[in-house]
Amino acid sequence: MKARTAGRHFRDSLKSISRNGWMTFASVSAVTVTLLLVGVFVMIMMNLNKVADDLEKDVEIKVIVELTADEAAITKLEEDIKNTPGIAEVAYSPKEDELNKLVLDFGEDLRLFEQQNPLHNVFYAKAENPQETAAVAKKVDNLDNTFEVKYGEGKIEKLFSFLNTSRNIGLVLILALLFTAMFLISNTIRITIVARRRDIEIMKLVGATNWFIRIPFILEGMWLGILGAIIPITLITILYYNIYNVLGPKLAQGKLFELLNFSPFIYQVDALILLMGVLIGVWGSFMSVRKFLRV
Amino acid sequence: MIEMVNVYKKYPNGIVAANGIDVEIKQGEFVYVVGPSGAGKSTFIKMMYREERPTSGDILINGVNLATLKNSKVPYLRRQIGVVFQDFKLLPRLNVYENVAFALEVIEETPKVIRKKVMDVLELVGLKHKARMFPTELSGGEQQRVSIARSIVNTPKLVIADEPTGNLDPDTSWEIMNIFEEINSRGTTIIMATHNREIVNTLRHRVIAVEGGLITRDVYGGDYGYES
Repeated sequence: MKARTAGRHFRDSLKSISRNGWMTFASVSAVTVTLLLVGVFVMIMMNLNKVADDLEKDVEIKVIVELTADEAAITKLEEDIKNTPGIAEVAYSPKEDELNKLVLDFGEDLRLFEQQNPLHNVFYAKAENPQETAAVAKKVDNLDNTFEVKYGEGKIEKLFSFLNTSRNIGLVLILALLFTAMFLISNTIRITIVARRRDIEIMKLVGATNWFIRIPFILEGMWLGILGAIIPITLITILYYNIYNVLGPKLAQGKLFELLNFSPFIYQVDALILLMGVLIGVWGSFMSVRKFLRV
Repeated sequence: MIEMVNVYKKYPNGIVAANGIDVEIKQGEFVYVVGPSGAGKSTFIKMMYREERPTSGDILINGVNLATLKNSKVPYLRRQIGVVFQDFKLLPRLNVYENVAFALEVIEETPKVIRKKVMDVLELVGLKHKARMFPTELSGGEQQRVSIARSIVNTPKLVIADEPTGNLDPDTSWEIMNIFEEINSRGTTIIMATHNREIVNTLRHRVIAVEGGLITRDVYGGDYGYES
């Protein structure tokens, strides 16, 4: 395409935006509402996801070592655990440390046991993929000198299935929202195109190619998407700024969970909103103009 | 230039608008297409600029077969054909100059060439002084002249007109016919569907009568032929 034509398309699309004032307003409003919903949703989903990831990361495999194992056997076991496929990291906690933990939790009385420590030495291991903890734990259990392997059996399966379900529900909801938005926008743009059917018909009769006719409409859809993204981006950025600064510290205090950092996260969400606006607009125009090109 | 071989057209609703048409039209001819309404006249015309595709048979224009022409190639066919309609089909928000220039803009001509060609053609149809006016400010005859100017600005070898005088009073119709005569005298083929008996009987040219999807008469210098 020649530069002159590109310029013409560019001007045409802008002209059309201002000429179809009310239709532009309607389309932009539809985009705005949808993107706002999607944006808020993504914001919540991503943070819930972060919580889920944090919870997952806390899942440990506790490998209790046989009392009979000597130092060499313990070192060998550590190597064996490290070499088990799917293990990310291993930490050793001798029985003295284990007792100290109990003392911290249950009181000084337990110091009595320092003379004759009844506890086992322990390894704490983490799976590369937390969802595979159970399988990895089983492999570790088969190694020599393991007395018992614990990984919160039963509980973590429930946790994981709960987290997976909520992730899927969130994804489905976002997709449904996006679909609705595209439908709304392609319909609104269709109305502006119907008003210009005659233009399209004449363009076709004088020998304009389909792309020549399509491009101004697609550009127009893009502008609608960009215009529709302005308010959601502004609102969501301000909203998250406040949540992060006001609510964030309180949540972190309770050790419940930490919010995603403001800086890269919210700009990523903003970029996503803009991208979705543009895609929705372009796709909507493309679908609507298609019907009118069969002259 | 144009050759139709055994052209058959059946619409999805079952109507057969062309039932085996064979015809040849040479470069530079002036052809009237006459016939009662609903006889297949419009379909005959529309198939020539590929608004309709024949169900079977071949339509050759300068060696290109329209029956098998890909949709993506249609724009390039249309650039070689000027089309004029009964209802003018002008863009109301563009002025006369812009309406004519439009046909050149969509084929990406340079502004310099566009200006020259548009002014030349407006001169030919006698509307140079009204170049800045909008279609709504013009009479029907003037609007039709703009539409003719647009159809020929790209110097096509073939101009197809579908009842170009259908909406015009007799005097204005004669003005329009003079322009077509002028274009034809420069070597452009003209194919015109019309119901205007007086014009056909006065400006004698080849007459093709279409009835029931068939060519029932094809006479050089013939008359309109239907009783009023």
